[in-house]
Amino acid sequence: MSSWLDYTINGLIVGNVYALVAVGLALIFGVSRLINFAQGSIYLVGAYIGWVAVVQLHTPLPLTIIVVAVAAALVGLIIERFGLRPLQNSVRIAPLLATIGISFVLDQLVMLTFSPNPRALPSQLPDVRFQVGGGTIGPLDLLIAGVGLTSALLLFVFLRYSKLGWAVRAASQDRDAAMQMGVDVNRVNQAVFGIAAALGGVSGMLVGMYYNQIDTAMSLQATLKGVVAEVVGGAGNVPGAVIGSLLLGLVESYGVAVFGTSYRNLFAFLLLVVVLVLRPNGLFASARQAPPEPLTGTFIAPSRPVRIPRWALLAAAAIFAVLPFFPVSFYVLQTLINAWLLGMLALSLTLVAGTIGQVSLGHAALLAIGAYTSALLSMTLSVPVGLSIIGGGLMCAALGTALISPSFRLRGHYVSIATLAIGEIVSLVILNWESVTRGPIGISGIPPLSLFGYDLISPTSIYWFSFAVMVVLALLQGRLLTSHLGRSFRAIRDDDIAARAYGLSLNRYKSLAFIFGGFAAGVSGGIAAHLYSYINHETFNTQQSILALTVVILGGLGNVVGAILGSVALVGLPEVFRIAAEYRILIYGIVLLLLVRFRPQGLLGTM
Amino acid sequence: MAEQHTTMLSLRGLTRRFGGLTAVDAIDLDLARGELISIIGPNGAGKTTLFNLVTGLDRPDAGVVHFEGQDITGLSPERLAAEGIARTFQLGRVFGNLSVMDNVLIGAHTRLRAVKPAVPVIGPLLELGLALLRPTSVRAEEERLREEVKAILARFGERLLPRIDQPAYSLSYANRRRVEIARALALKPRLLLLDEPTAGMNPTETAEMQSLVAELKAEGLTILLIEHKLEMVMRLSDRVIVMDEGKKIAEGPGEAVRSDPKVIEAYLGHGLSGTSEQESAA
Repeated sequence: MSSWLDYTINGLIVGNVYALVAVGLALIFGVSRLINFAQGSIYLVGAYIGWVAVVQLHTPLPLTIIVVAVAAALVGLIIERFGLRPLQNSVRIAPLLATIGISFVLDQLVMLTFSPNPRALPSQLPDVRFQVGGGTIGPLDLLIAGVGLTSALLLFVFLRYSKLGWAVRAASQDRDAAMQMGVDVNRVNQAVFGIAAALGGVSGMLVGMYYNQIDTAMSLQATLKGVVAEVVGGAGNVPGAVIGSLLLGLVESYGVAVFGTSYRNLFAFLLLVVVLVLRPNGLFASARQAPPEPLTGTFIAPSRPVRIPRWALLAAAAIFAVLPFFPVSFYVLQTLINAWLLGMLALSLTLVAGTIGQVSLGHAALLAIGAYTSALLSMTLSVPVGLSIIGGGLMCAALGTALISPSFRLRGHYVSIATLAIGEIVSLVILNWESVTRGPIGISGIPPLSLFGYDLISPTSIYWFSFAVMVVLALLQGRLLTSHLGRSFRAIRDDDIAARAYGLSLNRYKSLAFIFGGFAAGVSGGIAAHLYSYINHETFNTQQSILALTVVILGGLGNVVGAILGSVALVGLPEVFRIAAEYRILIYGIVLLLLVRFRPQGLLGTM
Repeated sequence: MAEQHTTMLSLRGLTRRFGGLTAVDAIDLDLARGELISIIGPNGAGKTTLFNLVTGLDRPDAGVVHFEGQDITGLSPERLAAEGIARTFQLGRVFGNLSVMDNVLIGAHTRLRAVKPAVPVIGPLLELGLALLRPTSVRAEEERLREEVKAILARFGERLLPRIDQPAYSLSYANRRRVEIARALALKPRLLLLDEPTAGMNPTETAEMQSLVAELKAEGLTILLIEHKLEMVMRLSDRVIVMDEGKKIAEGPGEAVRSDPKVIEAYLGHGLSGTSEQESAA
């Protein structure tokens, strides 16, 4: 049974690390009701600053910790000052999108500076293990526990006994009242972001030392784990975040002990979904709370959509339809095929995030469901490819909606967390369900696109096929928006309480939106599978989800034409300017940030 | 039995606590068909919380709500809307990005029949299909409802009709309140709950609103009204209920309630907060 003690120690140590991230998230949520999706990026930055300090500057350990804390705090202050403070009076969705954009920019900057290859981060501590009871414990474990306890103590003293700490607590209890009593909320925000970033950075460095490896994929994982721990403990609840973190560490550690390493994250995300469904206010929330105050029409930017005359749309469609008759290169067609596939995903996301207001961050999972379904139908059941793609769309509509349905009771930022987690769950299930999905090997030799027995191999035929499918989906969605469902979706987005008071069932209409949107995304994924001929659990990743979100914001939330325009722009412009692939995600992040700051209604306006 | 027949809404011992605070404390109330009862009281008396309990937006910790002889305690707001209970909100909850027309059409949502077949399980899918295909019956229903909405908007004179295609966020505060009331009327309610319909309105606008509510009452609509403007309350109400700190402290005809020492104490004893526009629900 000694190994159980080891798993417990490991769980508590990892939980301690999560706590450093989660406490920062809880502080920020408490003061600004914002889930900081950039927290993991600061953790990543902390790990790399630690690497520079240890490997290149050979700093002693205490100095390393101080350097990392100070540098990470600076990053946090910069994010607060330039990324979030300008958005203070903006719509509620703006800061959420901004932290997503900041996260991508930071991750990409780190990747471009240090290359995506993993690096070793030596721990600077003697490599010995002490026997404790039946298990063992090393100096690094003690260091992590020590840092965790010390920071908790410092934070407690700061919040309880310093004037600024009082201001932080006042602002998190009642921001308006605190402001009226003369609390400088900007200073409070600065303090909170500085502290959160310092804790996050140190945590990244410690994890790097613990596993003796750092790489850029750490960022998203850290954000997810921190958010899970924070939500389990109750958003904004600092002691809750600590307990949630330890619990998460233990659940993961025991899960790994029983089922194996590849299940680690699955347990974390299942824990999140279970908590969100059963106790959305966290495990330690007090009894039922007052119904939320109205937040009428402020979730997205109010705007009048740009009306594009019908003849202009017809003309544009005609030009793109006859394009292959002109001497255009294979490269141009290939680029536009990518744009049409992204366009279908963007149509789906603009309906879900824009029209009914469920900002999904896991939309790529829908692509994966459609792709795997269509690939497996055509390969194992010999379904003709055209039908298998429709099958992928239908499976995605059904399964996607069922998976996302636990998040229907949630609003705002919680929906984004839940969809992000559900997206990760889908990818982990694909990875682990080897008998069906072939696990990490992926599926190769997927048959090419075909229609009525004719294979679509030439770029021209693939171009026409994907363009036609996208246009049909767009026309259907346009028709949906002018029906009673369009206004019902938008009413739910603008004010779900008032919508319910007028008989609109949130479950029913969110389901219908996800069914319709899931079909479009599933079809896109299905076509992609037959186009790529090989897919695995990483083909459809979070980067695609974020790209789709950027497209949707660029075009205007809920705007059908905007989704297509945004897809052509974001796929096409980097090609036109010959921007190297590794800079593209950086540019998407920057585009997202600039849009949120200067044109939150997008190019064509919110519908 | 006769009593049951005329009583439309009855509350017994309705209670809601938030932590240590009892926002609504053992309230009894009987509202007869066609009656208009006003609920007044200082800020924080629990009036809006009471509305939330009746309309299903919040659930009571104790007590029961009967509507038309049926126990409706704890039913969802969607269900209650379908039963014919409509309300307006204190802080004005219009759908900001929807046009005036669409806002009011949402009010008629529970009356959609052609596009929402009452079929179990696959009903929602049929609704999606019908919304896309739009057969004649669906189009005719939509057209009929649009005409009805125009007729409802005409009750507000030239206030809303010229703005019928404008998004609600662009409307003045008073016009948003009017849109809310129009939306409630589109439900064809059996019971209408109005939460401070004249908040933020000037005297002319208040007088207009008062005559509209009087018209609705004359048409036989049963109304529960929260209002701070006492003159309006006195003119419109069959009975007045005064709440303070969650409890009912007085009930009766307007004039009698007005001179009740407990009522005067409640208003003056709370300082000068009694006429302020804002009231926190809890």
